[in-house]
Amino acid sequence: MQVSTKVNQRTATAGSGSPVTILEFAGDISSSSKDTILGAYHGANGAAGKILLDFSGVDYINSSGIAIIIQVLLEAEKAHNQTIGIFGLSPHFRKVFTMVGINKYAALHTDEASALAAM
Amino acid sequence: MQELSLGMRNGSSVQVRLPSELGFEKVAMSTAASMAALMGFTEDRIEDLKTAVAEACINAIEHGNQLNDSLTVGVVLSTSEDRLEVKVIDDGAGVNGAPHRPDIDRKVHGDEDPRGMGMFLIQSLVDEAEWHKGPPGKSFVRLVIRLDKENQ
Repeated sequence: MQVSTKVNQRTATAGSGSPVTILEFAGDISSSSKDTILGAYHGANGAAGKILLDFSGVDYINSSGIAIIIQVLLEAEKAHNQTIGIFGLSPHFRKVFTMVGINKYAALHTDEASALAAM
Repeated sequence: MQELSLGMRNGSSVQVRLPSELGFEKVAMSTAASMAALMGFTEDRIEDLKTAVAEACINAIEHGNQLNDSLTVGVVLSTSEDRLEVKVIDDGAGVNGAPHRPDIDRKVHGDEDPRGMGMFLIQSLVDEAEWHKGPPGKSFVRLVIRLDKENQ
């Protein structure tokens, strides 16, 4: 009964001039999203050291979904030389991500332009 | 919104029964959001409540009823003059211990399960949260949001 997660991958250029992979999420992010999100991250992993996660199209996130994002951060920490940024969260989920401490490992930006400028 | 809140009778109650299947927590979430809007809660408080109710239902579905499709999760939403109370009832033995604040450093370094944040979110997002242990069908979590918090 859970709504699936969709991920679209595209490339942009950071303010520093280096390439950035953007993973655009859509739908719900819950326990059923694990394979989709980790699969997309692993696909992007080989392509770029800078990855942005775009939540603009996400309708619902629960704690199991947040745990999957933490799993991405864990793998990025292990990989070294990899920067993860986040944008497009609603004010509520920006607050929730901060409560959990995700902002310590991935900067939370308001929109794509400010995220790219900071990467 | 003010007219709606004045028109809602004090002591109104709504009950929902959810299948023990993940995803159905969104039905309780929507119901709680509708009642909170009728009472005049602001959008950000409604978002807090939605997440808290969803997490309480997920815990009941996954841990309380262990995804058993012969069991249901009860959700009882009750209004009073200045508060909305939500009880989420399951057939489990109840929760042991207090909500645990997630340690992001331990999680990101693989020393702590990335999951297990539901109770912490519930407690952080509502004005009152209590977990009650009981016999099957009697264990519940009780959440409250208060209208007076709107002015703080």
